Amino acid sequence: MQVSMNINGEPITADIEARKLLVHFIREDAGLRGTHWGCDTSNCGTCTVWVDGEAVKSCTVLAAQADGHEVRTVEGLEGADGLDPVQQGFIECHGLQCGFCTPGMLMTARWFLDRNPSPTKDEIREAISGQICRCTGYKNIVDAIHWAAEHPRTNEVTA
Amino acid sequence: MTAVEEVPLSPAGNPIGFGNMKRVEDQRFVRGHGNYVDDVSLPGMVHGAILRSPFAHARINGIDTSRAEQLPGVLAVITGKVLEGIPRPDLLGDNFAWMPTLSYDTQAVLATDKVRFQGQEVAFVIATDRYIAKDALELIDVDYEPLEPVMDAKRAMEPGAPIIRDDKGQQDNSITDVHGHKDWESGNAIGTAEAIAAAQADPDCVVVTQEVMYPRVHPAPMETCGSVAFLDKVTGQLTLYTTSQAPHAHRTVYAMVAGLPEHKIRVISPDIGGGFGNKVGIYPGYVLSIVGSIVTGKPVKWMEDRNENLTSTSFARDYHMTGTIAATKEGKILAVDVDVLADHGAFNGVAQPTNYPAGFFHIFSGSYDYPNAHCKVTPVYTNKAPGGVAYACSFRITEAVYLIERLVDCLAAELGMDPAELRLKNLLRPEQFPYTSPTGWVYDSGQYENTMRLALEMADYDQLRREQAEKRARGEYMGIGLSFFTEGVGAGPRKDMDILGLGMADGIELRVHPTGKAVLRLSVQSQGQAHETTYAQIVAHELGIPPEDIEVVHGDTDQTPFGLGTYGSRSTPVSGAAAAVVSRKVKDKARQIAAAALECSPDDLEWQLGQWHVKGDPERAKTIQEIALLSHGSLELPDGVEGHLEATTVYNPPNLTYPYGCYVCVVDVDPGTGQVKVRRFIAVDDCGTRINPMVVEGQVHGGIADGIGMALMELIAFDEDGNCLGGSFMDYLLPTSMECPDYELGETVTPSPHHPIGAKGVGESATVGSPPAVVNAVIDAISPFGVRHADMPLTPANVWRAIQGRPVRVDMAVE
Ligand code: FES
Ligand code: FES
Repeated sequence: MQVSMNINGEPITADIEARKLLVHFIREDAGLRGTHWGCDTSNCGTCTVWVDGEAVKSCTVLAAQADGHEVRTVEGLEGADGLDPVQQGFIECHGLQCGFCTPGMLMTARWFLDRNPSPTKDEIREAISGQICRCTGYKNIVDAIHWAAEHPRTNEVTA
Repeated sequence: MTAVEEVPLSPAGNPIGFGNMKRVEDQRFVRGHGNYVDDVSLPGMVHGAILRSPFAHARINGIDTSRAEQLPGVLAVITGKVLEGIPRPDLLGDNFAWMPTLSYDTQAVLATDKVRFQGQEVAFVIATDRYIAKDALELIDVDYEPLEPVMDAKRAMEPGAPIIRDDKGQQDNSITDVHGHKDWESGNAIGTAEAIAAAQADPDCVVVTQEVMYPRVHPAPMETCGSVAFLDKVTGQLTLYTTSQAPHAHRTVYAMVAGLPEHKIRVISPDIGGGFGNKVGIYPGYVLSIVGSIVTGKPVKWMEDRNENLTSTSFARDYHMTGTIAATKEGKILAVDVDVLADHGAFNGVAQPTNYPAGFFHIFSGSYDYPNAHCKVTPVYTNKAPGGVAYACSFRITEAVYLIERLVDCLAAELGMDPAELRLKNLLRPEQFPYTSPTGWVYDSGQYENTMRLALEMADYDQLRREQAEKRARGEYMGIGLSFFTEGVGAGPRKDMDILGLGMADGIELRVHPTGKAVLRLSVQSQGQAHETTYAQIVAHELGIPPEDIEVVHGDTDQTPFGLGTYGSRSTPVSGAAAAVVSRKVKDKARQIAAAALECSPDDLEWQLGQWHVKGDPERAKTIQEIALLSHGSLELPDGVEGHLEATTVYNPPNLTYPYGCYVCVVDVDPGTGQVKVRRFIAVDDCGTRINPMVVEGQVHGGIADGIGMALMELIAFDEDGNCLGGSFMDYLLPTSMECPDYELGETVTPSPHHPIGAKGVGESATVGSPPAVVNAVIDAISPFGVRHADMPLTPANVWRAIQGRPVRVDMAVE
C-alpha cells in the first residue's frame, strides 16, 4: 500500500506492506536512523517519536496508521538556533552513556516539558517511567530534564 | 580533589588533563546521529533470521526447508546439515556446524544432532527483507523428538540424569577444563578445614553455614546483538560490522572458525548500545551472517530481537554457593570455605582467562584480614543457554562479593553484632598493602577504613539505626544494608592471563601531526564508557595538548592496533595505562627534538605541561605543537632520533588493579505485600585517580541501578519443561526511573601504585558492590520475622514468602 506522511517537515511517500511498523518505516524508508528499536513488547521506549505532537512508541504503531499525519523524530529536535534545551541538558548533566535510549528519552522529555514546564523531579521520574535505560541509572536523565526545564526553548519545534 | 581544580583549561574550556569534561560522543548521540550496527546499510544488503528451538532438549530427526525456500524473496535456507558439508580445515573443528567457545569447548552454530537449550539456533534464512526472513521461519518444518530436559544443576549431577553433551562422548554432565580438571579449587583446603573444625570445637567461636544462590540474570543491553557481514569474493576481504566488545580478539577467532586469512578480515564495532559483557562472546548469529554472505555473495545483516537476546546470548551468574564462615565470638573472622555448583548451560561458553575456569571468583575472601580461605567450584552442563561471565561481573567477582558480604551479615546476625562494627573489626589495614590474600591475589593499595567511615558518615548510620528502632516499635520495617567490596580488574599480566591463547595486553598508537593535533588509536572499544573523551584527557594530561585537539579512534581492526577489548573493567587499567605510556614516549622524543632546536642537551631541559624549556630559563622553550612541526621539518635531528612525532606501545600490566568501595542501602519493606522501596543509596568508591569524575559517577549510577534490578526483580527462570520464563521485558523486569533513588556518591582516592596514572577502573564496581547492599538491607528489614537469608530476586512475592517462613525457589519457576 502507499502511505504518505510528513516527517520533521519533509513529505515522504512510499509503497509498503500494510504490516510495516512505523519504527521500520522511519528507519528504512525515511532513512532516519536516530529512532531506535529495543524490545518486542512495547516496554523500552527507545522508539518514541511524536505523531501529531503526541509521544508514541513507534514500534507499536503501524506506518499505515501514520498515513497523512505529522511525525517528528529526534533528528527534528534541533532548531535553527541550535540544540533543543533537552538535548543540551543531556550533555550538561551527563544524561547518556551508550546513547541508545537517548532519542526516545529526548522525545518524551520535550513532549513532557511542553505540557509541564516546571516539573518536580518526581514528576520527571514518572514521565520517563515507560522507558528503559541500562547505562545511567536514570539520576542524570532526571537532572538533564530538570536542567532543560530551567532553560526554556527559544525556538518553537512542534508537531 | 584539589588536583582537579588546578588543571588549566583549554581554549574550548576543557581541562588539559583530568577533571569533569563534557563528552565528545554526546554531540552525535543527542542529534540521533549515532551509528549502531542496525544503522549500517550496505548496497545490495539482505537480511538473515534464525529459527530457534522451542525445546530445551530434543533430538532432531529431520528438517524440511522446502516450503521456506519457495517463499518469494527467500535467497537461501541454511541448516546444520548444510554447514556440515562446508569443510573447515583448521585446528578447531572439521566443518562449520560447530565452533569453538572462548573456553575451549565447542558450540553448535546450527544444531545437527540435538537441540540443547530453548532458543538454540536451528536454521538460518536469508531473504530480501527482514519481514520475509521471519515469515520463512514459520515455513520450516523440524521433526523434533523431545528428550527429558535437565534444568537444575543439582539434577544434572545425579547419576542417571540425561546426558546433554553426548556429541563429545560425555558419560555425565560434568565440565572438564582445558587442563583436564573437573573441579576447580583455590586457597588452602586443609588449613581452612582445620580452622573451621577448631572453631566448631571452641566455645568462644561460632561457625555459620549458609546456602546462597546467585540466580541467572541477563545483561540485556538496550541494543541487541547483531552483525552485517560482507565477503567480497573478488578481493577475498571480509568486512564485519558487529556488536563486539573485543573486535581484535573476534577477528582472530573468525580467522580460526571461518578459515579466512586474518589479514583479509576487518571487524568494525561502530557505536555500541551497551555491552555489559553481553557482547564479548561470539554468537552463532555472527558466524551465520558471514556464512550467509559467502553463500549469497551479498552483504547479510542479522539483528536479534529481544526474545533472542534474552534466551540465547550470554547470561550471567547461575551460581549455587554454600559458604561457611568461622569467627571468634568477638567477631574476628578466622576462615571461610566455599562450595559452588556452577550452571554453565549447554555449552561452556564463559568468557574468561583460560587459567581461571571460575573467573576471579576466588577473590571471595573479600576485604577482610584472615588467613584461611578455600573454594571448590564444580561446573556442570544443563539444558540452558550458554554463557555465564557477563553483566559487569568482573569475571565473577559479583558472585564472590555477594557471597562474602551475605556471609558477613549472617555472621553478624549470629553474633548479635552490628554489621558495620563487624566489618570495621576485620577490614584490611593500610599498612598491610600490598596484601597477599589467602587465595593468592596481591591487592595493590587501599585505605578501607577511611572509605567505610565516610560512607557511614554520609548515611548518618547511627541515626538510621535509631530511626529503625523507633519504626520497629511502631511495626514499620526499614532496613539498612552494607557492603564492602574489593575487585581485581584490568586483566591481565600476560604470564598469567590469556583468552584462547591470546595474551591480555593492549596496543596503542599516538601520532602528533605537524600542526600539533593528535590521533590516538586504541585497541579497546567503547560501549558507552566515553573513551573518545577520557583517552583524550589522558594524552592531554601527559602532553598538554588540549583534549579537543586529540582524536580518539577505536572499534575498527583496520585502524587500530591489536588488543583484547573492553570488558572486566579493563580499559582504564590496561589501555588507559597504555595511553599514558605512549604519551610519555612521545614526550621523551619531543625532548630530544626540543634539545636539538634549542641547541642544548636533553638533560638541560625540564617539562612544564605542554612544553620543554631550559632549566631555569622558561623563556627558552618549545611547545609540544612547535616540536611537532619541527619533527616534521628540516631540523637536523640527533643520531638515533627519527623524524615525526609518534609512538606505539603494548602495555602488559604487571598486576591487576584493586578498586574498592563501601555502599549503604536503606529500604522500606511493606510486610503485608512484600514490596521493597529503595529509599536511599550511598556509594563511596575508591577507584584511584579519576580521569573524568563525571564519567566515573555516571558509571557508578548505572551499576547501582543494575544491582537494584538484580536484587529485586531480574531473573531468567525456567519451568520444568525447559521453557525460559524471562524471554521478554514483560517477564524479565528491569529497573525503571521509579525503582531507582537519587544516589548519594562519595569518593576516596588511593592511587594504584603500579598504574602510570594511578587509575584503577570503575566500570563494574557498582554492579559488583550494590546487590549485597540491597539484599542485606531487605534482610535487615525483615529480620524481626526470623529471616536470616532469602535469595534474589527479592520480589514482593519472595519477600512475603520469606516473612511467612515459606521456601523461596528462584532457579526454577515459582509455582
Ligand atoms: S522498541 Fe521497545 S518500546 Fe518500542
Ligand atoms: S544511555 Fe545506554 S541505554 Fe541509556
